[in-house]
Amino acid sequence: MRFRTLNELAAIGASEGKPLFRVMLEDQAAESGRTAEREWEKMKAYYGIMKEAVKKGIASERGSRSGLIGGDAKRALEYARRPDASLGGDAGAAMAYALAVSEVNASMGRIVATPTAGSCGVIPGVFVSSQERFGWTDDQMTGGLFCAGAIGYVIANNSFISGAEGGCQAEIGSAIGMAAGALAELKGGNPDQVVHAVGLALKNTLGLICDPVAGLVEIPCIVRNGFGAVNALAAADMALAGVRSVIPSDEVIQVMLEVGSAMPDIHRETAKGGLAQTPTGRKIAEQLAEASSELKEGDNDD
Amino acid sequence: MRFKDVFSIIGPSMIGPSSSHTAGAVRLGRVARELLGEMPEEAEVVFYGSFAATYGGHGTDVAVVAGLLRFGTDDERIPDALLEAADAGMKATFRTGAGAAVHPNTLSVVLRAGERSCRMTGCSIGGGNIEVVEANGFDLRFTADYPTLIVFHGDRPGVLADMTRLLSEANVNIGYMDVDRKGRLGEAATAVETDGGIPSGVLAEIRRLPSVTGLSYIDLNGGDAT
Repeated sequence: MRFRTLNELAAIGASEGKPLFRVMLEDQAAESGRTAEREWEKMKAYYGIMKEAVKKGIASERGSRSGLIGGDAKRALEYARRPDASLGGDAGAAMAYALAVSEVNASMGRIVATPTAGSCGVIPGVFVSSQERFGWTDDQMTGGLFCAGAIGYVIANNSFISGAEGGCQAEIGSAIGMAAGALAELKGGNPDQVVHAVGLALKNTLGLICDPVAGLVEIPCIVRNGFGAVNALAAADMALAGVRSVIPSDEVIQVMLEVGSAMPDIHRETAKGGLAQTPTGRKIAEQLAEASSELKEGDNDD
Repeated sequence: MRFKDVFSIIGPSMIGPSSSHTAGAVRLGRVARELLGEMPEEAEVVFYGSFAATYGGHGTDVAVVAGLLRFGTDDERIPDALLEAADAGMKATFRTGAGAAVHPNTLSVVLRAGERSCRMTGCSIGGGNIEVVEANGFDLRFTADYPTLIVFHGDRPGVLADMTRLLSEANVNIGYMDVDRKGRLGEAATAVETDGGIPSGVLAEIRRLPSVTGLSYIDLNGGDAT
């Protein structure tokens, strides 16, 4: 890749007069040695999987494997369509679709990690709802995924994208930044605005810990995907309106690294702290452990 | 760079629920399986760090076994991998290890099939990406993002030159190499990441080099649409 920072990425886009998705596509083809057409088709297929997951999650009232959650996406979408819903239908759809994909993930269904499975709802939530609203083609959305990928590539190599390394800020935070920047570009924003959208979004999730109840990618991961989609819409709107990230986005990414590195082990996906260790969180973990040991004994009886 | 391309960020297409704990674990299992070179009869998996704390809830145990069965990360049989392994005659055991791990999501695998055995330690570094840090007791680091050749050989002058000459003659470009040895002129191992696949004839020639004692070839993307 010719870029290591968002600043370098935006500079290439600006100097060559290319949208950032195009820069990413060209560099990707150069890196992989495959044609740009082939890489495009692979990404487009990924977008197809995301749309399927939205559809499946919205239609399903089936619970997760643990039985802890299920049907929230459907509930959220129905409410979002009411005239008195606070968000309004478009943002409400983004939220509900994000919940839907995360619910599919929790029930061991097929998703695309964007950038991780724990944060797999944010980008499809933003992308699929925006596509419906603005009538964009699958090819436009595919370009959007390359733009999101370029942003994630920079975050991942300068900071982290896994909760175990850097807390939830690294997963949901990165996904929101990626979705916000890509949406800004899809809506005609210039490279500078795309980069500001990322910085604005990331600042809002700095410090978010990874504290999954019973260690499962369910509580609070799924609702955080729903919130994340809405935050990405807000960050894109702010950047397109001309709001700037006064602390440059590359510097915000360094803060994510600093905060994540200082985060105690109990708040990095180990389920040893945070929501996982509340009285209710512990009780849920105990109940699931009992249920699974009973299941194993039951298997032996067969 | 730990993450090398756009599909290490957008992707993989996978069965949930966790890219680190499920998809990454499938890939670590796949690498171990390729290191052994055949279906294991016995597999002992040890989980460290966050893996040790949460492997049950994320299906990490199921995922590693799916990798040992050579399933891809989006294979819909993953949830049933333990049953599939039993059918295939594989006995898998799991335990947790204490002590400081090199990374929060670390596992080690010991495999046996007949007289053959191998061991591997690797980390799941996020988004389904992995980093192997140890193979058969050698400190070899590689990501398996590229076709990867692992050669076990004596530490003798010219072994690497012979290997790279054969790759060069086949027009295979080397992107990364890592070499470790247990002692001067003792046992050594080399990991070679290449840009394109390595033809089987070239692998056979490398295997026949005088100081080479073993060889594994890992191409996790060889079978899918990438």
